[in-house]
Amino acid sequence: MPPKPRKPAIEGWFTMDAAKPRLLGTRCAKCGTVYFPKETSFCRNPGCAGTEFAETELSPRGRLWSFTNNCYQPPEPYVSPDPFVPYAVAAVELEAERMVVLGQVDGASVDELEAGMQMELVLGTLYEDADAEYVVWKWRPA
Amino acid sequence: MSHEVAILGVGMHPWGKWGRNFVEYGVAAARAALADAGLDWRQVQFVAGADTIRNGYPGYVAGATFAQALGWTGAHVTSTYGACASGAQAIGVARAQILAGLCDVALVVGADTTPKGFFAPQKGERGADPDWLRFRLLGATNPIYFGLYARRRMEAYGATREDFAQVKVKNSRHGLSNPNARYHKTVTLDEVMKSPVVSDPLRLLDICATSDGGAALVLSSLEFARKRTSKPVKIAAVSTVTPRFPQTVIEMPNFSTDSAVSARVPDIGFKDSIAKHAYEQAGLGPEDMQLAEVYDLSTALELDWYENIGLCKPGEAERLLRSGDTAIGGRIPVNPSGGLACFGEAIPAQAIAQVCELTWQIRGQAGERQVQGARAGVTANQGLFGHGSSVIVTS
Repeated sequence: MPPKPRKPAIEGWFTMDAAKPRLLGTRCAKCGTVYFPKETSFCRNPGCAGTEFAETELSPRGRLWSFTNNCYQPPEPYVSPDPFVPYAVAAVELEAERMVVLGQVDGASVDELEAGMQMELVLGTLYEDADAEYVVWKWRPA
Repeated sequence: MSHEVAILGVGMHPWGKWGRNFVEYGVAAARAALADAGLDWRQVQFVAGADTIRNGYPGYVAGATFAQALGWTGAHVTSTYGACASGAQAIGVARAQILAGLCDVALVVGADTTPKGFFAPQKGERGADPDWLRFRLLGATNPIYFGLYARRRMEAYGATREDFAQVKVKNSRHGLSNPNARYHKTVTLDEVMKSPVVSDPLRLLDICATSDGGAALVLSSLEFARKRTSKPVKIAAVSTVTPRFPQTVIEMPNFSTDSAVSARVPDIGFKDSIAKHAYEQAGLGPEDMQLAEVYDLSTALELDWYENIGLCKPGEAERLLRSGDTAIGGRIPVNPSGGLACFGEAIPAQAIAQVCELTWQIRGQAGERQVQGARAGVTANQGLFGHGSSVIVTS
């Protein structure tokens, strides 16, 4: 059986380049504020009247600000593998964008994480159905 | 100009998992508050309902729902939703009506019937709703965010899991004799530490349950109150401020913080600003408070609040807890009601319940959980989408 196609779990939030994935945000053309997920209508900086945004790739590496995990299966609409496998969630600080971005953690439990460590962006499976494997961005210790 | 209004009556329906219609809890609380005020429902000129989003259309128009259940009287009505701050927003609207001279007597009611387990987003495919997307893409339950904040305290200030557990131990003792609390059982450090981890470092007993319950207040102008009582308890401040851009602390239900590349980061954080605005309105400071009711969605969040409402400096909350200062009998008891640890969260009722507790305490009617010399207290609360509130109640 051929491998299932890999599809993004949500369109337009990240690139599907498995080797060098990037989160896709927008940058206000007027004040430079970065948004993830994308802001495309009105800049949310109250001192800026910007209405034009350019798509921008976010830094693929950052510093672990905090972390936790899901020891119990989250409710719907989360689609969980059966049986549920606990996983960690990271809050990663991107220096250039001066923002913190959440993501599931790939390949490490909370015991292996420590605030301040370098994390890098990867793609990982969120769930599968009969037709495809749906992927999402995740953080992994760099 | 004084921003004070009188609290003439307070009432609650006990918290629990009763499984009945939320309207019943709200009406029971409203009737109790009216009886406490010595007023007839037909004397109420304005009704402010705090909405629940988990009970169908009647929950979205809670003010009218409660008014109909109490018996239509032609009163003016409003319904407010502000996540966990819904109750405080209802108080804020009622207060503004009174202060503007548009009415003398207002009734504020909030009640909820909650499902079992984790709070989940509303059903349906809603790809533009961050509250739906955070569950879909991250499985980010509320305890995930609580866990991030708790871990941050450990990293930044050296908090321990035992510190968090001691908050639960303290609050479980406070709530023992509270007839409106859901849980009446002493919890030991060992029991918390042996309860299963939900979102590391938080365990099951560190995280509040979801409950059914109802709370209500009868508010009036000071002039109206003085005809009935010589010393009414008063609301001296209601703060329902938003965060300021850029909000650099991750907030439920977001995927990211604001980016701070273009705008200056505010001098004080959002949670600090909620209480600061309340203190400024009241012309009082933390040193003038004898007690506080804060939103202990998790035990670790109670420690954050100690700092956010100015009871101690950042990083000193664990020391304040360990010293016993925040237990009944200490310098500044926090959550003498038992807090969410003993109540569980009934969202639209919770901010109102906090004010009920401060009122009973300041009147000296809190029984075994009475804080001696209570003359002024502060509440604090925070919920999804940048909502938060703080109310100051004084003698």
